[in-house]
Parts: sequence; C-alpha cells; structure tokens
Amino acid sequence: MARRTLPILKQLLHSSRGSSSDHLIARLGLSCLESKRTVTYMPRPGDGAPRAVTLVPGDGIGPLVTGAVEQVMEAMHAPVYFERYEVHGDMTKVPQEVIDSIRKNKVCLKGGLATPVGGGVSSLNVQLRKELDLYASLVNCFNLPGLPTRHENVDIVVIRENTEGEYSGLEHEVVPGVVESLKVITKFCSERIAKYAFEYAYLNNRKKVTAVHKANIMKLADGLFLESCREVATKYPGIKYNEIIVDNCCMQLVSKPEQFDVMVTPNLYGNLVANTAAGIAGGTGVMPGGNVGADHAIFEQGASAGNVGNEKLVQQKKANPVALLLSSAMMLRHLQFPSFADRLETAVKRVISEEKYRTKDLGGGSTTQEVVDAVIANLD
Amino acid sequence: MASQILRRVLRSRSVEQISTALIESPNSIGFISSPVRTISTSASSTQPIRATLFPGDGIGPEIADSVKQVFNAAEVPIEWEEHFVGDKVDPRTESFLTWESLESVRRNRVGLKGPMATPIGKGHRSLNLTLRKELGLYANVRPCYSLPGYRTRYDDVNLVTIRENTEGEYSGLEHQVVRGVVESLKIITRQASLRVAEYAFHYAKTHGRQKVSAIHKANIMRKTDGLFLKCCREVAEKYPEITYEEVIIDNCCMMLVKNPTLFDVLVMPNLYGDIISDLCAGLIGGLGLTPSCNIGEGGIALAEAVHGSAPDIAGKNLANPTALLLSSVAMLRHLELHDKADQIHDAILKTIADGKYRTVDLGGTSSTTDFTKAVCNNL
Repeated sequence: MARRTLPILKQLLHSSRGSSSDHLIARLGLSCLESKRTVTYMPRPGDGAPRAVTLVPGDGIGPLVTGAVEQVMEAMHAPVYFERYEVHGDMTKVPQEVIDSIRKNKVCLKGGLATPVGGGVSSLNVQLRKELDLYASLVNCFNLPGLPTRHENVDIVVIRENTEGEYSGLEHEVVPGVVESLKVITKFCSERIAKYAFEYAYLNNRKKVTAVHKANIMKLADGLFLESCREVATKYPGIKYNEIIVDNCCMQLVSKPEQFDVMVTPNLYGNLVANTAAGIAGGTGVMPGGNVGADHAIFEQGASAGNVGNEKLVQQKKANPVALLLSSAMMLRHLQFPSFADRLETAVKRVISEEKYRTKDLGGGSTTQEVVDAVIANLD
Repeated sequence: MASQILRRVLRSRSVEQISTALIESPNSIGFISSPVRTISTSASSTQPIRATLFPGDGIGPEIADSVKQVFNAAEVPIEWEEHFVGDKVDPRTESFLTWESLESVRRNRVGLKGPMATPIGKGHRSLNLTLRKELGLYANVRPCYSLPGYRTRYDDVNLVTIRENTEGEYSGLEHQVVRGVVESLKIITRQASLRVAEYAFHYAKTHGRQKVSAIHKANIMRKTDGLFLKCCREVAEKYPEITYEEVIIDNCCMMLVKNPTLFDVLVMPNLYGDIISDLCAGLIGGLGLTPSCNIGEGGIALAEAVHGSAPDIAGKNLANPTALLLSSVAMLRHLELHDKADQIHDAILKTIADGKYRTVDLGGTSSTTDFTKAVCNNL
C-alpha cells in the first residue's frame, strides 16, 4: 500500500508548499521505505527485559554528552537503564564499586577521563583497560553523508591492541638524566588481537586486514607481532592480508585512505593511526568506538584526542554528542538490540545530513541540546 | 665558454694527480671515482666552499647531476667532492662507506646525499646508521611547505619538523625475555633532548619562525617523555620571543590532518618524529618533493633526499630531482648563502608552478634534463 500512496502523497505535497516540502517528502519517503524492512532477528523469550549498563560521565564534556545519550535512550524507550558512577581523572585509582558494577553488568558507557600530563597519576583509562582486560580497542572511521571532508570513500576500522606494547608503564631512571621505558610485546597478546581483528573482518564482511608495524627498526618486538598476524591470516584464506610500515601508513592515509579496510596495530601506532583516520574522516566528534575484552565491554568516543574537550566547550554547552550516540548504537547492537541501534543510527545520520543542527567542530553553531532534540525528533 | 676551456685544462692536469687516497675502486657497480673537479667562479671573489656529494644509487647520479647544473647556472661558490659507496666493507667503518668519505664530510662540514640502497646481508652496518653514528647527526630537519602549482588536498602547509635522531625508540636494544615475550628499550637522555631542543629554538630564531611545539605522550610515558618536555621547557625559557607549546601526539596527528596551519616548528623524539615527518611529507605530495637535512655535532650539515633509489627508472632520465634540489637549498641556507638559496628556491617553485615542465611523478611528461634546464632558465 505504501508503494501506491507514495507518488500520490508526493503530488499532493508538491502542489502545496515550497522547499520545506522536499524535506518532508524525503523524510516520508525514507520512513516509508524503512518500515518495509523485514524483521529477521528472532529474540529469545525474555530478551526484552531491561539491561543494566554502567554509566561513567567522566570529566569535561563527558557529563554533557552522556546526558545526551540518556535523553535519547529515554525517548526511544530502549530496554537499558543506567547506573551512574562518578569517576574523575584526578583520582588515584578507579573506585572498586565502579569496577564491581562493570563486572556485574558486563557493559559500560563512558565519557572521557582527563589524564594529567607529565607525572603524578597514571591514566585511569589505561587502568580500567588493564583491570578488565579489555584487549581490543576499535575505532570506526567513515565519511558521514552530508559532511564534506578533504577525503572521500573513507571506511576504516582500526583495531588496536590495548594492554601492552609501549603503554606498559614500566619506566625507570637509570642514572640522573637517563630514563628508560620498556616496550613489551608478547605472543599471547599479539595472537589474540590478530584473532579478534580477523574475526571482526569475517563477521562484518570486510575484505582486507592490514597490519601496521615498524619491524624494519624494532625487529624482534614488531617482528613477533607480525609473525602472530601472519599465522592467524593463514586461517582466514578469504580475507586479504598485507603489512605496512607505520610511517608509510600515515603518508598513505593522508593521500589515499580508500585503500585501507581493517587495520590491526600494536598499542602506540594504533593510537596515532586511529586519530589520523578520525581526523581525515570528519574529526573526533563523530567517530564511534569501544573497548572489548573476553567478558566486558566499554563504549566511549572513538578517537581519544580531545575527548575531554576544553573549558569553553563545557561552558557554552556546545560539545558534539554524535560520537557517543553512535557508540551507544554500537553498544545496543552488542547487547543484541539491533533495531534500536538501527533507529538511533538512522536518526543521527539524518540530522548530520540535514546540516541544520551541527556543533562547532562540524562547522555549525548549535548547542548539544539542540542536536539531541533534533535526533529525538528524527527518531521513528 | 671560457669556463669550459678552463675546466678542461684543470681536469687534464689533475688527472695526473689522481690521489690514491681516494676510494678503492668500486668497479663492479660501474661507477668510476672521479677526480676532484673545480667549478670556475670567475664572477665571484669568495673562496669556494667545499662540500661532499654522495650521488648514491639508482636515480642518484642523475639527480646529483641536476643539482650540479643548477648550481653552476646560479654560480654558487661550492666545490663538490664526490664520493661513492664501495662494494667492499671497509673495516674501519664496518660498512660500505669508506673512511675517506666520512673524513671528507668531517672536514668540509657540509654534504649532500642522494638516495642509497642498503645492500642486504650481514656483517656490516646500514649506511644511514653508519653516517648517523660516525658523524653524530643528532637532528633531522624537514621543512614541509605546499608547492604552489602542485595541488594536493592540503594547500596551505608551512611547517618544519625537527626530529631527534639518535636515541629514543630506535636504540635497537631488544631482547627476548622468555619464549614469546620480547622487550624493547626506549631511552631518553637529558643531553640528547637538550641538544635537539636547542637546535629547534635556534632554527626557529634564525629562520623567523614564531612558534615551537613539542610533541609527546607524557600522559602515558611519564618519565621518558616527561624528561624530554622538561628539557624543552628549559630551552624555551632562554628564547622568550618564541611561543612554546606542548601537544600530545594523538591530538597533533588529528590537528595536522584537519588543519596543518596550526603548526609552525615541531620538535619531537625519534619515533614520533619519524611518523609525523612522513605524515607531513604526505600532506604536501610525498617523499619525492620533500627536502631534508641532518645536523651533526660541531655544525655538520648533511642534506639528503629521503626518497628511495628507484632502481626501475634509473638511467632513463625520468627521475624528479626536486627533493634533492630543495635539500641543496636547505644546505645553502645552513651555509648562510641566503641570496643564492632564495634564487634557486624561487626558480624551482616557478618551474613547478608554471606546469610546463613536470616530471612523470607529478603528472607531466618532461625528462630530468628538461626540468633542470627549465629551472636554470628561471634563475
């Protein structure tokens, strides 16, 4: 019936108003088409019971954007409820109750935690990841329709080893004026991150996995990482595998990013590559991501640069909630609520493509609340 | 024409005096060690400055010729001493670079190096490593600016990356602790960090740059990058007219790809420097257009072209000499021959901007010699 009424509706609306009708038509058209989506996900009885999710607002713009997510979840009547816990970057360690809550709920949504530079407290983000053994960090960088950037056709997933490598935190002063830092690479961790990367590519129909390394200089350390990747690659003959040195990789990302698909990297290079890829595809304000381990998952803004924002953004309430909204969509899929996730993503993408409600980092001037309201209005 | 006759007379005389102190003949590659050539400088009265030239392998000799032609046409008072990489390992340097070559650079204090292909095998050090260790090259300077006329996605890049070249993550100290566990040491010393920070601020001052940014990851690697930052801060206090800021590296990567105009001079430790300088090279069009200069102890400057030796187009007159030409301009600036440097620099930019003579990698059809002639004409 929708197929027949659509052209009639279009005609009716065309004859009435001017350009605002195009928007209306587009939205009607889209929603008509989407309601024809066949439902293939068959839940088990009782899957619809509300799930508890730990919520850590964090510092800076964190409370602003997590508030945005809470509002949208309410509006969608999604079967999740949040347990809030306050954690701030200047605490010495993450409170035990927060960790217990995450262990119980298995899923957490987190704003950014500021890390003081140059001494004092060790990063709480890193602490959380090590405690809960969240060994894979995933950032999905893609071009959003309607958001012009210098590069097109970007769709990169960066999977980064999250527990060892350069971030082992093992440093000491040998003699005054000489400091050593240990970079540790183990076969166990390299193997499991490689397995996760290939499994992700397999389950999401991705065609190519690229390993990023610097084995021409760090022959043993990155050599071990590469060996593990190569071993796992032989078990997935349908997925192409290649290797690229990290400095060449950054150069290629800036000139030809369409050649990359899934990238698997050790800890430090992953940080750089993920932030570069996020930068070329639209900025850290829009890239979703998460950290996942065998038992738990924490979802947060994808690229870590600037995810605490700065003072001005907090005061003017102009932080970009898109990244955390898309991450919460990833979380909904992880919790096996795919249709809620789809609705949320469609609404967010529509708001971005309409260009009316955009925060400052995307070239607009709206506040966080305006974007949230627009997303809620676009939910169907 | 008079200069050509003079050159021939001098050459015939020096042929009899080929110093045996020059290289043990590297015959198999086909390069003949050439006698010292003098460029007649009938116009200028300054004493010619001697500089070592390593043409290198592959396309190296062609682009080195380019540089010599352009310098001739611009009447730059430089006298080249050419040295080639041998095919026998010199026991004094444990590599294919001979002791004489290194002595020549130490004596002349300036050099220009083309691309060198390190032969695969054991029992010798890599050529770049030899140069770095023997000459104490502690800072790698790469000026990255958009070339007008060659459009990339980024048109307003104008920054300089200065990278510490001796320690950091590339110390090469790795070992296997137990089976399946490998450790690699990253070393940061106060001395090396101070040295490179001093050079960075000195460079900023002499080249009229306003801002120096130190790139680090001190929120995670607190002691090592913390020491690097402390040294940079100390040096910054001595140069109050230059703005100093510190940027975390992931933030820096993101800002570079979104808005490269935010940066002016970047100073960083070894690994980050490697990645960021290649990223910046990618922003302006690749390694074929990027100049680079290595600064060593005692004011030694070795400018080099960082691209590969491209053996597949060697000898076909297709190579792009821009990187080596721009590196030679950097070398001239180091020698404070600013007017000549500006002259050649402008000629190169004009040739590329005109678009008529472009080599194949820039999308044109000219040969190396055509491009060189165009640059000489534009002087």
